[in-house]
Amino acid sequence: MNTTLETSTNTLSAKEPSWLAERRSAGLDQFKKLGMPTARAEEWRFASVGKLSIDNFNPVAAPSSATLDALTERSNLVSDRAGLMVYVDDAPANFECIGSELAKQGVIYLPISEAVEQHPDLMEKYFLQESTELGSQKFFGLHAATVKAGAVLYVPKGVEIEKPFVNYYWTSGSRAAVFPHTLIIAEDNSKASVVDIFFSETEENEALNISVSNIHAGANAQVFRKVVQDWNEKTVSFQLDTTVADRDAQVKNVAVNIGAERARFENQTRIEGAGADVKMYSLTVAEGTQEFDQRTFQTHNAPNAVSDLLYKNALLDNSRTIFSGLIKVAEGSQQTDAYQTNRNLLLDPSADANALPGLEILANDVRCSHGATTGNVDKEELFYMMQRGIPQRVAMQLMVFGFFEEVIEKIDSEELVENLRQLIHQKFSGKIS
Amino acid sequence: MSDIDLQDQAIQVDTEKGNFKYPENYEFDAGIGLTEDTVKYISDVKDDPDWVREFRLKALEVFKKKPMPTKWADKDLENIDFDKIRYYLSKGQQPARSWDDVPDDVKETFERLGIPEQERKFLAGVEAQFDSEASYSRMKEDLEKEGVIFVGSSEGLAEYPEIFKPYFGKVIPTADNKFSALNSATFSGGSFIYVPKGVKLKQPLQAYFRINAENFGQFERTLIIADEDSEITYMEGCTAPKFETATLHSAVVELVALKNAKIQYITVQNWSSNVFNLVTKRGMADEGAEVKWIDCNIGSRLTMKYPGVVLKGKGARGEVLSIALANDGQHQDTGAKMMHLADNTTSNIISKSISIGKGRSTYRGQVHMPKHLKNCKNNTECDALLINTNSRTDTYPAITTRGQNNTVQHEASVSKVSAEQIFYMMQRGLSEGEAMSLAVNGFVNELMKAFPMEYSVELKRLIDMEMEGSVG
Repeated sequence: MNTTLETSTNTLSAKEPSWLAERRSAGLDQFKKLGMPTARAEEWRFASVGKLSIDNFNPVAAPSSATLDALTERSNLVSDRAGLMVYVDDAPANFECIGSELAKQGVIYLPISEAVEQHPDLMEKYFLQESTELGSQKFFGLHAATVKAGAVLYVPKGVEIEKPFVNYYWTSGSRAAVFPHTLIIAEDNSKASVVDIFFSETEENEALNISVSNIHAGANAQVFRKVVQDWNEKTVSFQLDTTVADRDAQVKNVAVNIGAERARFENQTRIEGAGADVKMYSLTVAEGTQEFDQRTFQTHNAPNAVSDLLYKNALLDNSRTIFSGLIKVAEGSQQTDAYQTNRNLLLDPSADANALPGLEILANDVRCSHGATTGNVDKEELFYMMQRGIPQRVAMQLMVFGFFEEVIEKIDSEELVENLRQLIHQKFSGKIS
Repeated sequence: MSDIDLQDQAIQVDTEKGNFKYPENYEFDAGIGLTEDTVKYISDVKDDPDWVREFRLKALEVFKKKPMPTKWADKDLENIDFDKIRYYLSKGQQPARSWDDVPDDVKETFERLGIPEQERKFLAGVEAQFDSEASYSRMKEDLEKEGVIFVGSSEGLAEYPEIFKPYFGKVIPTADNKFSALNSATFSGGSFIYVPKGVKLKQPLQAYFRINAENFGQFERTLIIADEDSEITYMEGCTAPKFETATLHSAVVELVALKNAKIQYITVQNWSSNVFNLVTKRGMADEGAEVKWIDCNIGSRLTMKYPGVVLKGKGARGEVLSIALANDGQHQDTGAKMMHLADNTTSNIISKSISIGKGRSTYRGQVHMPKHLKNCKNNTECDALLINTNSRTDTYPAITTRGQNNTVQHEASVSKVSAEQIFYMMQRGLSEGEAMSLAVNGFVNELMKAFPMEYSVELKRLIDMEMEGSVG
């Protein structure tokens, strides 16, 4: 294992409180102690772990101010927003803080380092407290040891914010390792939305991303998180996300995944309060030799709650996707509704879609289902359109875009939806024959 | 009748069912534990040809090297102590040819099992395995005339090596898993069947298996070869007397369906609830052939069984229909594997499980379609019914799809018997137990139709017995 990733943690601020230093050192221990994933591990089944390497990636120095400015300029997917943070290689590039009105209501929107300084109690309670259980514990350890960039959003009780907070995480330097972190704490009866966007400066700069995101939704809180992952295809990415939902909380996660050479997603939802409702939607477009490895876990520890998951993957060329999901309904979590759907659209014969939809049900009064389908575009539908004079290529495109729409329309922001359609269509348009 | 009352009432099983045994007077006994000597001893008793001896000894080496499937399997597996099991036991009988030759106590066992004389006549042939050796074997003359071979495993390998050797251990290699290796080293009993080209058996062949010695593992080995254009249905049913310490049952069943042949293999498993039932079953389907597993698991302490079909030839079809019922202290870990290896192959898996009390049922499945294939289809449906508040069910499918115009669909659902349904039926004069039984039978009814008539009657009776007194 490359040693510079480990030693880079020593350069962190000495001002950090002891609880954080402890969490970092525990993380580092975890990173060192655990081996790299092996193909035999059930959590990594079907993943091409042999090709996984994090060697020779390092945290890099802050880019030049010209680069920071240029990338800030390009951070323009969402113009109507409550706040903005832009990081390049984990260095701050731009920060639009919240207006005085929100500040007066007690809303906090700060970079991680400032939040640790200004709100140590809050951060001690929530920061780095949700590891992953889905196989990347080693990489979570490295993240905990190293994280310095990221956004903290705290919304106090009863405060409702309509406009989204937008965080951009860019990579730029050669073989840069980045560890972005988004922490969202929505207190009871509050409302907030966040957009996290992952971009690369060029098509060429190689990078390693190990990002973590935690959502804590209090009683009856509403949280909407949108994630756009469009790394270049030289990036190795881990996104380790956890949502914890309290009583009657409503949380919606929508992810659009386009980029990275290999991208691993670990998306955990833990329902801790009765009546919570959590949605997990994802759209992935895979091409070339990309590998998208999605692991999800819906845990129901409280009754009367709903969780609904829809992961759609379109596969081109020699790309691979792995969807491995588990719904776990704990004893006593009666009247649970938990759903899990994985749809794979195979557009080339050598693309490879794997599905492992799992259920573990320990309560009897539940409605749980999962479905996984894999197939090509419907030949009859294609024929129907061609009969009406639409060229085959165009008909194919229409059907594929139609497949995407089910997830895209859930994003519920016209500007972002339009921008995403463009990103996807760009990637796609030349590909369908 | 409140919802809570309904859910929390304990479910009682008729534990006396199949709970009987007879004095043991075994002529051959390989002792306790598994060593090279045990395996050699079995070979000596069986008078194995040299190549079978070597096969067994090699398998023993593989067995010793293979790890237990601890990664995902039930922790209960760790309770198997391989050093405390008897691996071979036999009355040293040659398979009996006529009913008069069958010992009286065996006849009595059949009486208790409810295999009536008429049924025996109805069935084309009966191969009843009493302990590890086929104690009774009869085939109607017309089957023999058609060239059908229906013998025990030892007889098959010794007398018809030219037929069985090419396929023996080929569908399920020794090293497939630890328990297939164990079986390959110690197998005795089971059925070897060859159906010649174009012969379509109208009546099913049937075998009953029993375990009747404490701590005695039964390692039967079955190989069915259906030659081109032939058809066969084979039924395997079992109940076991109850013993106080756990018993291991680890069978290997290989099916070979050559071009356009059809094999249907039906199992009703009702071992007593101290039996570990760890079985490897796999069929190979050549061009245009069809292999269908109909599998019903009601008994045992832990069953791990995932019947599979290797769809090797174009247009081959594979099917697994499965019913599992898990009561208190039971784990039915069942499923199916479909390996598509040729174009235009189709597979269908329908699994229904019922968990009662603290019972746990698990579906594990694998569907594999590699990239060079075209026009393959798989359909998988898993439905689970949970009867009590602390019943448990899991579903763990694994699906890999590549290639052109291949489609895979998997659906699973979990439900319970609704209080309204029960209330409705009770209002109309049914007892709560009857109502529950009716609801459960309704849940599996659709699958039940796939079983031959006499089996579905027997199954319905078994389910009724399990549900009797389950509530109220």
